[in-house]
Amino acid sequence: MNKQLKLKLEGISATYSTGEKILPVLDNVSLSVDTGEFVSVLGPSGSGKSTLLKIAAGLLKPERGKILVDGRNMTGLSRLVGYMPQQDLLFPWKTMRQNAALPLISAKLDKKETKARIEELLPVFGLQGFGEYYPDQLSGGMRQRGALMRTMLIESDLLLLDEPFAALDALTRQNLQEWLLKIWGHFRRSVLFITHSIDEAIYLSDRVYVITERPGKNAFEQIIDIPRPRSKSVTITPPFSHYKKLLLEALADNTAAGTK
Amino acid sequence: MKKWLNIKNNLAAPLFMVFLIAAWELITTTMAVPEYILPSPSVIAIALNENFSLLVEHSRITIVAVLGGAILAMTLALVLALAMDRWRILKQAFYPILVVSQSVPIFALAPLLLIWFGAGLLPKVLIVALVCFFPLAVNLVEGFSQVDPETIDLMHTMQADRWLIMRSVQLPSAMPYFFTGLKIAATYSVMGAIIGEWLAARAGLGIYMLRAMHSFRTSHLFAAIIVVVFLSLALFKLVEAIRWLAMPWQRKTTENLKE
Repeated sequence: MNKQLKLKLEGISATYSTGEKILPVLDNVSLSVDTGEFVSVLGPSGSGKSTLLKIAAGLLKPERGKILVDGRNMTGLSRLVGYMPQQDLLFPWKTMRQNAALPLISAKLDKKETKARIEELLPVFGLQGFGEYYPDQLSGGMRQRGALMRTMLIESDLLLLDEPFAALDALTRQNLQEWLLKIWGHFRRSVLFITHSIDEAIYLSDRVYVITERPGKNAFEQIIDIPRPRSKSVTITPPFSHYKKLLLEALADNTAAGTK
Repeated sequence: MKKWLNIKNNLAAPLFMVFLIAAWELITTTMAVPEYILPSPSVIAIALNENFSLLVEHSRITIVAVLGGAILAMTLALVLALAMDRWRILKQAFYPILVVSQSVPIFALAPLLLIWFGAGLLPKVLIVALVCFFPLAVNLVEGFSQVDPETIDLMHTMQADRWLIMRSVQLPSAMPYFFTGLKIAATYSVMGAIIGEWLAARAGLGIYMLRAMHSFRTSHLFAAIIVVVFLSLALFKLVEAIRWLAMPWQRKTTENLKE
């Protein structure tokens, strides 16, 4: 695979104003995602990770800094991107099938083709037979898979995922991580993944950025050199532990520094 | 056991009604209350039966005014609420006026409408529309303002156009509010039509009631009241039925697959 820059964030700063108070949320954060690369941003809660992702999606304008997509300046511009927010945001008034079809309808794909694509993908996302169900009738894991399916159907080769598994129990979470890697192998898109779980970041990523507590700053960057495909058992191998130690230390240093 | 208790609960209201009617019958007959003051239930039943076809005819005219007014109110409320949601300045300018307008009693406005539009169907439709408009508009404005901005953001990342956002996010998420307003409007609407008919009309339940009143046929008045109650209840049920049809996602939740 050729190393082409897919997404580049340069010196992003952002503030959040609550009435009269102005809080700095991000301070000069830079990162990049190569084409086909899986990159995670690891940070404690309240480090502005979600804000960073919204800025990357073009939903928020940063105070300072630039966003380059495929080398083009897209700062603060709304555009087609596979963005998945923290809550699944499946529409309760639409069935899983209708929810997943939204990006295709938005892209004005014809009805027949839309139906065929959904039919083809439901089993891939483990939702075969559940297309006619409403989100409220399904478990958290199924809903996340549905939301991910909707995200994947957005015709963009960049995925921005904001802690998609944070609300799930540990077991479901592990299954979905393994499953996400499989799906990702299938679709091969560039991914920027937000998480506060060290294990999740190592297990999924090619590269991990650590950012500090508010305001979020670049603290550490680590390439995860574990061959793919990765099975669940890599989480108990020495290289995994080695990365875990490095990231733990980086997080500990920077949260301590943040509180000083 | 539980089922039996449910039946008992369901029977409580009808049984009490039967008791009240029986007491009413007993008091009016034993105390010889004059029929033009308070007719007994049996006399009312006879009046209802004898005048049934006439009542149906007048009801039809009232129903046309009710449905016409309700549809007009729904259309106006939807357009106005969407516009107020879209342009904040419009909401700031218009919303207070909307609230203040509600303090003008409909009894004061109705004569004006009659002066302007005569004694035909139009003023009645307008009076019904006026009483229905407020609960619908206020609930819709509230519904649109409750739309989660995150969902709109999500739609933007799909590059959805305004029309898709409206029909797949704004309208369905405001729907529960709309039906709350419509239920209130349904109960007001019959009253609105009858007020219109009292003031000036050629036919309708209001006219029937006026005639019964002028000729001191109190039992006929009661018969008309029964019809009005029945119509209001039927409208309320109709709204519930439409809601059930329009919001399928709210009825399936009894069967779920949550682990």
